[in-house]
Amino acid sequence: MTPSTEIESLLRELAPQVVGILVRRHGRFDTCEDAVQEALLAAAVQWPTDGVPRNPKAWLITAASRRRIEQWRSDSARRRREETAASLAPPDPEPATSVDDTLTLLMLCCHPSLTPVSQVALTLRAVAGLSTAEIARAFLVPETTMAQRISRAKQRIKASGAEFRMPPEDERSERMVSVLQVLYLIFNEGYTASSGSALHRVELTAEAIRLTRQLRAMLPEDGEVAGLLALMLLTDARRPARTGPDGALIPLADQDRRLWDAQAIAEGVDLITTTLAIAPIGPYQLQAAIAAVHDEAADAEDTDWRQILGLYELLHSTAPGPMVTLNRIVAVAMVHGPETGLTELTAAETDPSLREHHRVHAVRAHLLDLAGDREAACAHYALAARRTLSIPEQRYLESRAAQRGT
Amino acid sequence: MKYLIMIYSNPMSRQAWEGLSDAQRMELGLGHRALTEALAESGELVVSEGLADPSLGKRVTVRDGRTMTTDGPFAEVKEHLAGFYLVECETMERAIEYAAQAPDAAYGGVEVRPVLDLRELDL
Repeated sequence: MTPSTEIESLLRELAPQVVGILVRRHGRFDTCEDAVQEALLAAAVQWPTDGVPRNPKAWLITAASRRRIEQWRSDSARRRREETAASLAPPDPEPATSVDDTLTLLMLCCHPSLTPVSQVALTLRAVAGLSTAEIARAFLVPETTMAQRISRAKQRIKASGAEFRMPPEDERSERMVSVLQVLYLIFNEGYTASSGSALHRVELTAEAIRLTRQLRAMLPEDGEVAGLLALMLLTDARRPARTGPDGALIPLADQDRRLWDAQAIAEGVDLITTTLAIAPIGPYQLQAAIAAVHDEAADAEDTDWRQILGLYELLHSTAPGPMVTLNRIVAVAMVHGPETGLTELTAAETDPSLREHHRVHAVRAHLLDLAGDREAACAHYALAARRTLSIPEQRYLESRAAQRGT
Repeated sequence: MKYLIMIYSNPMSRQAWEGLSDAQRMELGLGHRALTEALAESGELVVSEGLADPSLGKRVTVRDGRTMTTDGPFAEVKEHLAGFYLVECETMERAIEYAAQAPDAAYGGVEVRPVLDLRELDL
């Protein structure tokens, strides 16, 4: 690690703690978060040349508090008088632990009044400590767009009357669902091909894993948090094998498994095995278990499809969705043969949520391919290629269509 | 998800434009400004521009490494792209809501299309 990346990690780790302390002391999440962001930017410029202060957290708290007062001073005279009084008041008698603050902050950023896109943006800034410019680059939108999105999100939280404290007990489990969804969205967003236009994207996958690790440290008993972390590790482990030298997507069955990250797989398998034995089962754990079965197979032929099918059956009954339906059908085809899979696909297609789903064509093409019907497979690969929204997937499906067409 | 809202000019929309009073034309311009402001305010605007007349366009071709330009598009082209909004919205339905707010939706053709991205789905 170079000193500047060390400083970066330190800043990202301290960011949510400093936001927490400031909001706890002064209230007003929106202005405190802005002030901390400015303090982080100042530190990122000063620390690499002047050296890291002896107490970095205290430095950031002081710098952010100063920024905050400057902001208030420029507001109004009445507010200035209040501010003077507030700054003379003694600090909080019992400082809350930083662990609690980070979790509270995460819950606040995933407030139900926000859209998932805004929850993601706000979490990356307030909890992960990324700058607006970095988040904008990661999502390939102009910085002004991202700045506006973040400030809107903060306005909404303020308007909703939400306060900086843990949601009441009865809302907590629902809020945790949003928190995990946001972390998973961040992970997926980062899980893109390392192609030209993505060259300068911050490492969102690593950020998501880091935040989920943090969350797991705070909630070690939560089976779904552990499941999500295992799912991320087991998925990310395949990354070195997922794209060819030309950037083309390589499907799981064709990947060179020697390129997989064995250490990440070992950690993920270990985590999901322990968790499944002790925690109540949930969708992230099931998905992690499926990923683990794939990752443990020495090659594609060795894959334990019976076990995967069993896990998809469970997932289908606990957390149904179009992708689960389709993946279960692929598993059915691998266990009972492509014809059985095709029959189930035709039956599933009557569901409105699947009728227009482009992946139905991709799955049908794959099953026809397995059944040896090259001509029909070619036609469905081509159809699926036209209907996808993903460039790597489009290239992959087109190449499949071309291979089957000859 | 990004969507491109494309505003087309065609004989029908041009005829409609010619029949508008100055005040109505002004209103149309203000409608675009209001839409741009609303998109910027909500954090969903990526970029929006109106295009110059197609007579100012050049068609570019490269043959054997040589770049050639010709004036175009040609007269027989009845419909051309007049402007666009690149937006980032949660859903297609949301993008359609914005497209419907483009003043041109009342006269000519407005089309919404999803933008391809680098997202990968697990295979």
